[in-house]
Amino acid sequence: MTQTLATGAGPTPRVRVAARVGGRAADRWTRRAPLLPALIFAIVVTQIPFLVTLYLSTLDWNALRPGERGFVGLGNYAEVLTDTRLRAALTNTVVLTAGAVVASVLLGLGVAILLDRRFPGRGVVRTLLITPFLVMPMAAALLWKHAIYNPAYGLINGVLGGSTDWVSQYPMLSVVATLVWQWTPFMMLIILAGLQSQSTEILEAARVDGAGAWQVFTRITLPHLRPYLELGALLGSIYLVQTFDAVFTITQGGPGTATTNLPYEIYLTTFRKFEYGEAAAAGVVVVIGTIVVATFALRVISSLFRMEGAR
Amino acid sequence: MTAVRANRTSGRPAGRRSRRAGPAAAGWTVLAWLVGLLFFLPVLWMVLTGFKREVDAASNPPTWVFTPVLDGYRQVFDRDITPYLLNSLMASVLSTLLVLLLATPAAYALSIRPVAKWRDVLFFFISTKMLPAVAALLPVYLLVKEFGLLDNIWTMIVLYTAMNLPLAVWMMRSFLLEVPPALIEAAAVDGASVPVTIRRILLPIVAPGLAATALICFIFSWNEFFLAVNLTATRAGTSPIFLVGFITSEGLFLARLCAAATLVSLPVVLAGWIAQKQLVRGLSMGAVK
Repeated sequence: MTQTLATGAGPTPRVRVAARVGGRAADRWTRRAPLLPALIFAIVVTQIPFLVTLYLSTLDWNALRPGERGFVGLGNYAEVLTDTRLRAALTNTVVLTAGAVVASVLLGLGVAILLDRRFPGRGVVRTLLITPFLVMPMAAALLWKHAIYNPAYGLINGVLGGSTDWVSQYPMLSVVATLVWQWTPFMMLIILAGLQSQSTEILEAARVDGAGAWQVFTRITLPHLRPYLELGALLGSIYLVQTFDAVFTITQGGPGTATTNLPYEIYLTTFRKFEYGEAAAAGVVVVIGTIVVATFALRVISSLFRMEGAR
Repeated sequence: MTAVRANRTSGRPAGRRSRRAGPAAAGWTVLAWLVGLLFFLPVLWMVLTGFKREVDAASNPPTWVFTPVLDGYRQVFDRDITPYLLNSLMASVLSTLLVLLLATPAAYALSIRPVAKWRDVLFFFISTKMLPAVAALLPVYLLVKEFGLLDNIWTMIVLYTAMNLPLAVWMMRSFLLEVPPALIEAAAVDGASVPVTIRRILLPIVAPGLAATALICFIFSWNEFFLAVNLTATRAGTSPIFLVGFITSEGLFLARLCAAATLVSLPVVLAGWIAQKQLVRGLSMGAVK
């Protein structure tokens, strides 16, 4: 798994790497020296807080009741795992992430196919298309909430008529649509790179052999694109599962808990309810969940890469 | 991620598909333009609205033709957006420099002259990226508070450095791996010392890679909101924090909001437009070239 994923540039460096690894102690330390500052920095800034989270998760600690801080062992975990709000937040996180990733991958695929041919103004269209991804997410969320979804003067009702209150009636859809608008360009860029790496000869050969456009697409292009689609989906999931700006801005998790995802719920537990112990336990649960999903995703992806490589 | 390399050398002959010119091709061209414009429409709307008077901004049906005014921008500057922009600039630029200083030697030790367990180290870095920021928020908040560093721009610089470090290590490594080994060996044969080799041979070759990495780190730090909203307030607030006040605004504020949104988005939009080619590689952490 490591081998296929970690090697950035084909077999040559791997051979080079293998030949040079090892050696005397002094040599080992001159090799390590350039790595150490970054490694130590990463360990200090990311691992120490996590250890503190583990410790806090065993405390019954509400910042509003300063005197009463005590050890409760796994009590917070029991509370977190049986909490209905948190279970709702978990479901919302899955719906939000999966919805946004699937929609933006499909749309990104369609847009990438449109851009994978020469036409007048292709560069301009590409530039227009990537812009949503570059707009600050917080600004994008505000723009959609006020200038696009607003029932009285928003752009949608202004153009289509009607007086639908989009955010109140379709809260999850409103959040997901904003995220899809921002992330489709990201998927498009990765998929377009995949489309442009197709070998022209194979496509020509298929056409000469009488394959129709649809057959060429499903039999040759899609299998070729598979690792690109997977990579886009994996990276998109890593970022989108942490969505905070859009929920915080557009719906504040509401109405009720309709759009409260895990980051927002933990934020509420920490800074609105001040249940530090519970928030820490929820954080640990999220980390474990992320590790499970990420390991699974990495394994799926690296096996795909190996398949590709063996071809 | 070997398999995901775009093989540009096998590039297509110019106009492979444009040979089939005709009504169908024209149709696809029109469709591509329509899709591009549709995706751009909200951005266009944001920029236009920023130049309207408040009454025109909140009109229904929407106002498309109007005399542009700078009222929105004037109000935004009157409400003192400048310190927020400067904070963002400082946090993004300094954290990007720090990231490059830390990541480039580390990438060197993971590619050109690799340490023994370079694979484990690479995966350690990427795993820190997968941990949701929300899980670290509480301890980071408590530690920062303990040291009296809340609402301090240096706190944000350190956190953004940690946030972007894995990305930069992976990216810089992918660029360093492209340096032909023969070149480095030739330098060694000619008696060049390691520092000389790095300065004269490696750095010129990976300079575009450094620029691409810097761009991605800058974008992510500039746009970061979650840590900023929880750890900063008025003194160290970054540009997205300036926008928080608009969430529950009442009355006429749309032109002002759009002016502010355009202003804070401008640096990243311009940088992204200029460096489109590097964007794909950066966003995929060096996997797609």
